[in-house]
Amino acid sequence: MKPEDFDLIAGIVKSKSGLVLGKDKTYLVTSRLTPVARKHKLADLSALVSALRLRREGELVHDVVEAMTTNETSFFRDLKPFDAFRDVVLPYMVSSRQKQKKLRIWCAACSTGQEPYSLAILLREQGGALANWRFDIVATDLNGAVLERARSGRYTQFEVQRGMPAKLLVKYFRKVDNDWQLNPEIRSAVTFREQNLLGNIGAVGRFDVIFCRNVLIYFDPSTKERVIKSLEGVLEEDGALFLGGAESTVGIRSNLKPVKNVRGCYARADNFVTQFAPAIPQRVLNSRALV
Amino acid sequence: MRTCLVVDDSKVVRTVAQRIVRELDFETRESINGLEALESCRKSMPDVVLLDWNMPVMNGIEFLRELRTSPGGERPKVIFCTTETDAKCIEEAITAGADEYVMKPFDTEIIRGKFAQVGLL
Repeated sequence: MKPEDFDLIAGIVKSKSGLVLGKDKTYLVTSRLTPVARKHKLADLSALVSALRLRREGELVHDVVEAMTTNETSFFRDLKPFDAFRDVVLPYMVSSRQKQKKLRIWCAACSTGQEPYSLAILLREQGGALANWRFDIVATDLNGAVLERARSGRYTQFEVQRGMPAKLLVKYFRKVDNDWQLNPEIRSAVTFREQNLLGNIGAVGRFDVIFCRNVLIYFDPSTKERVIKSLEGVLEEDGALFLGGAESTVGIRSNLKPVKNVRGCYARADNFVTQFAPAIPQRVLNSRALV
Repeated sequence: MRTCLVVDDSKVVRTVAQRIVRELDFETRESINGLEALESCRKSMPDVVLLDWNMPVMNGIEFLRELRTSPGGERPKVIFCTTETDAKCIEEAITAGADEYVMKPFDTEIIRGKFAQVGLL
């Protein structure tokens, strides 16, 4: 691939999604865009680049950006954020929202849906104490194809084995041919929407908890800051933001600060950090149990 | 160092599974059926058993039921690792005392994940 062709594709992908493609990703561009060229009846990648030069909007651009997004995810990915949500964030939210009995959760860049479904299952497993609560779980991604898969709630044997405990697998899934499909109750607990994190995210509403994990690692510093500020704008005053293990707000102008002893959890300094962090039970730090 | 007992009548599976488990910092032992595994456990309880279902002499479920009623047999984590993929089999395994369940084929990531879920990592 010619350097100028790579630069053109990388420029389009960055402007549309924020995703930064380093020069070392040439192989990835070639392997992922060759099927896109074929779909659009273009002879090869050179023809695809020529078409992109002529038209910077439309289905081809959409497909190119979708193809370059990374959709790596798994159920209860990294375990600890889910423990922290259940043992630290959820008790706080439940005690502070007794009147409304309502919690809004956003999974940003949810890919094929394993994260929001993990949360839906985790909440369901809390049982009677939260029976009369309303949980709105909104899950978004810019990739429409992965959202379609997410809505189906159908996963391969390989996918369910990545993170889904066997007890919960048999409780919430049923086997369909060689795949496993979530039951309608859990599927209906999550609302999926196509949403670009660089777009107008105000449209998704305000949230008590936001999960935006393993997304910022693909952005450059300015895009990272832009996204964090947008998330901050839709997070309730005492809300919590979960980032991925390799991500942080360090070096970013933001009011969201790390919650002490809860890795990956961020909140406004004058809420969670000072009032809540001291109450974090020691067992959370060592906890491995999911539900 | 903690110990994992790999129980499978297939040499290939035992070899692959032990290679993965050693990468997770476990010493390994192996047995080719449930009866041999039971004898191994009675000599020295491992920390975890990676257990096939269908084996000659004594199958995985029979082994598990015997293990759980043996002195100290409640302690090892038991992770089934089998070609049986029906929900009923998974439920039967859990009822018999299994801590987790892997459907073959497996890879390092799946084994690592299951070890983490049962608190071994």
